Amino acid sequence: MATAIAPQKTMTLGEGGLALFFAGLSFLAIVVASKAYTSGYAFHAYLFSAGSLAAVFAIINRYFERPAEPAPLFIDGKPNYNMGPVKFATVAGVFWGIAAFTIGVYIASELAFPFLNLDQWINFGRLRPLHTSAAIFAFGGNVLIATSFYVVQRTCRARLAGDLAPWFVVLGYNFFIVIAGTGYLLGITQSKEYAEPEWYADLWLTIVWVTYFLVFLGTIMRRTEPHIYVANWFYLAFILTIAVLHLGNNAAIPVSIFSPKSYIVWSGVQDAMVQWWYGHNAVGFFLTAGFLAMMYYFIPKRADRPVYSYRLSIIHFWALIFLYIWAGPHHLHYTALPDWTQTLGMTFSIMLWMPSWGGMINGIMTLSGAWDKLRTDPVLRMMVVSVAFYGMSTFEGPMMSVKIVNSLSHYTDWTIGHVHSGALGWVAYISFGAIYCLVPWLWNRRLYSLKLVNWHFWISTIGIVLYITSMWVAGILQGLMWRAYTGLGFLEYSFVETVEAMHPFYVIRALGGALFLAGALIMAWNLWKTVNSAEIAEPAGLALAPAE
Amino acid sequence: MSLWQKHAILEKNSIILVIGILIVIAIGGLVEIVPLFYLKNTIEKVDGVRPYTPLELAGRNIYVREGCYLCHSQMIRPLRDEVERYGHYSLAAESMYDRPFQWGSKRTGPDLARIGGKYSDDWHRDHLRDPRSVVPGSVMPDYGFLERTDLDYRHIDGDLKVQAELGVPYTADMIAHAQEDVVTQATNDSPEATDLAKRYPKVNARDFDGNPRHVTEADALIAYLQMLGTEVNFKLYDDQANIR
Repeated sequence: MATAIAPQKTMTLGEGGLALFFAGLSFLAIVVASKAYTSGYAFHAYLFSAGSLAAVFAIINRYFERPAEPAPLFIDGKPNYNMGPVKFATVAGVFWGIAAFTIGVYIASELAFPFLNLDQWINFGRLRPLHTSAAIFAFGGNVLIATSFYVVQRTCRARLAGDLAPWFVVLGYNFFIVIAGTGYLLGITQSKEYAEPEWYADLWLTIVWVTYFLVFLGTIMRRTEPHIYVANWFYLAFILTIAVLHLGNNAAIPVSIFSPKSYIVWSGVQDAMVQWWYGHNAVGFFLTAGFLAMMYYFIPKRADRPVYSYRLSIIHFWALIFLYIWAGPHHLHYTALPDWTQTLGMTFSIMLWMPSWGGMINGIMTLSGAWDKLRTDPVLRMMVVSVAFYGMSTFEGPMMSVKIVNSLSHYTDWTIGHVHSGALGWVAYISFGAIYCLVPWLWNRRLYSLKLVNWHFWISTIGIVLYITSMWVAGILQGLMWRAYTGLGFLEYSFVETVEAMHPFYVIRALGGALFLAGALIMAWNLWKTVNSAEIAEPAGLALAPAE
Repeated sequence: MSLWQKHAILEKNSIILVIGILIVIAIGGLVEIVPLFYLKNTIEKVDGVRPYTPLELAGRNIYVREGCYLCHSQMIRPLRDEVERYGHYSLAAESMYDRPFQWGSKRTGPDLARIGGKYSDDWHRDHLRDPRSVVPGSVMPDYGFLERTDLDYRHIDGDLKVQAELGVPYTADMIAHAQEDVVTQATNDSPEATDLAKRYPKVNARDFDGNPRHVTEADALIAYLQMLGTEVNFKLYDDQANIR
C-alpha cells in the first residue's frame, strides 16, 4: 500500500515577512517609548510594542498549528469561504456599538447636568470624539468590514484573498480603534472633526486600509461569477474614496518621531475646505456608500426578492459617488470660504437628493411581492425602516444645505438631530438588520428570538423619535433666540439664556439615547443566546427560484 | 448595443471599475479645493495678522487638546445678529496661521473668534476654574487642572520649526528664542518684553493666571484667548482691497 508522503511544511513568505515586520516594529516602538516627549505617547508606543510581539507570537503559533497545505479554495466544487475574520469583526461591531451608545448617553447627560464632567479625562471635550469615533469608525467600521468580507465572498463565489491579510485587516483596524480612543482620553488629538487621531495612528490606519483594499479587490479578481454584484461596487467606492480622503485630510508633519503632536499641511480656509471635503464624504462614503452596499445585499436576501431595478442601481451608484464629493462646502456657509464655493456646495447638495431617493426607492421597492413579510419578520422591518430613515435624512440634508435655512440651523442642535436621524435610524438600523441576518448564517444557528428583535425595534424606535424631535425643537429654538430682537432693536437674549433654554431638550435627548442603548443590549443578549444555542440549524442550501 | 449593456464592461473588469470610480470622485474635490490656493480674494493679505507667539501657540495646542472647538466656534458669519453679538465678521486671513483651523461647527457655548480683550485675565482664570462661578447656567466642564499643571515647553522650538517648514514666517531668531519667549510673555514687567514685542507686534506680556511663580497651562491658554480676533484694526481694514 502506497503511503502518501506528507508534504514538507514551510513558512510562507507572508508569514515570515509579517513576523519580521512586527518584530522590527516592536523594537522601534520600544526605542520611541524610551525617548517619548509625553507619557501618553510613551503609553501608545508600549501598546504598539506589545501588540507587535503578540502578532509575532500568533503568527508563529499559527504556523505550527496549521496543516502543511494552504487552505483549499474549493471543497467539492463549493467555495471554501473564510469566515473567521467576518465573525471577529461582527462581534467587535456589536461590542463597539454598545460602547459608543453608552458614551453617547453619558455625554448627552453631561450637557444636561454639567457636574458629570468629573475629571479632565472624561470632560465633554475629550469624550465627544470618543463617542463619534466609536460610533462611526469602531461600530460602523467593523460592521462594514464584516459585511464586505462576507458579501464579496458570497457574491463572487470565491474564498477571501490572502491568508494572514484578512486577519491583519480586522485585528489591525481594531488596534487602530484602541489607539485612537485611548488617545482622546489622554488628550492626543488633532481636533479635526471625525479625523481626530494623530499622525502615527493615521499612518497605521493607512497600512491597514491599503491591505483591506487589496484583500477586497483580490477577492473580486478571483470571482467565479462573470459580473461584479452591485453591492461590491458600493463597497469598492467606499474603500477607495475613504483612502483618498484620509490621505488628503491628514497630510501632516510630526514635530518629531518622539512627539505625538503634528501640524497639518493645510491652514485656515484651505484646511477648512479640505476638512469638510473629507468630513462630508466620511458621511457620503463611510456612512452611506458602504451601508447602501448592505442594503443591496441583505434586503434582497432577507425578502427573497431580486433588487427592484438594475438600471436604477447603475444610475444610483454613479450619480451618488459623483455628486457627493461636491457637497462639503455646505458645512461652511457664510464663513470666510469664498461664496462661489459655498454656492457650488449647496447646488450639488440639492442635486444629491435625487440619487439618494433613487437608492431609497430601489431598496424599498425590492419588497414588491413580499410586503407581507413586514408584518412577520421584524429583522426585515428594521432594514426597511432604516431605508425610510435614509430617505428622511437625505431630504433633510439638502434642505439644511440651502443657505438661508443653514443661517438658522448651523451651529445649533438641529445639526446634531439631523446627524442622529441618519446615524441611528439609517446606519445603525441597517447594521442591526445585517447583524441579525449574519450571526445565524455564520454560526449555523437559528436566531434565538424574533420577539426580542421586535422589542429591540420598538424600544429603539421610540428612542430615535425622542432624540430627533427634541433636537429639532432645541435647534430651531436656539437659532431663533440668537437672532431675536427687542422692539428697541437690541438683541433680546444673552448667550447663556439660550444655553439654559436647552436644558429640558438635553434631558429628553439623553432619555432617547438611553432607550436606544437598551435596545442594543437586548440585541446583544439575543445574539449571545443564538451563538450559544446547542441546536445546529440546517445550512441553507441553494434554493432555486421557482419559475413564476 | 445600448448604453446599459456597455455598463457590463465595468461590471466585468475590476480594474476598469476602480479607475472609473477614481475619476468620478476626483472631479468635485479638485474643482473646489485647488482654486483656493491661488484666488486673490481667498488668500488676501491683511495688515496686523502675525504668527502666534510660542506661548500663544502652546495655548492653542491646549485648546486643540481639550477639544474646545466641539462647543465653541471661531467663525463669525456676516449676519446682523452675529456681528452685533460677537463683532466684525471673521476674515480668511485671520486664520491663515491656524493648523488645524478651529472654526468649529457647533455653538453649545458662544463664538470665541473675537474673545480677546473682552474679559479680564482674572475672569478667564475664574471661569476656567469654575465656569458657573461667573456664568450661572453655563454647562461648561471645569478646567481647574490647567492652572495646576506646569506648561511643558521643552520642545516648543520644534513646533515653530515644523511650522516654518510649512511656510509660516517664523524666523531663525524666533525659533532660537522660542523657549525664553514663553517665560518672557508669561512674566509681569519682564526686561525682555521689548525684544519680544519686536518679534511679535502687539503682544500681551504679563502673568495671565495670577500665579507669577509658575508658567502654567492656564497662562498659555489665557494668552491665546486674549489675542483671539485682536490682530486686525477694523478702522483701517479695507474690505474692497482684495475683491479681485
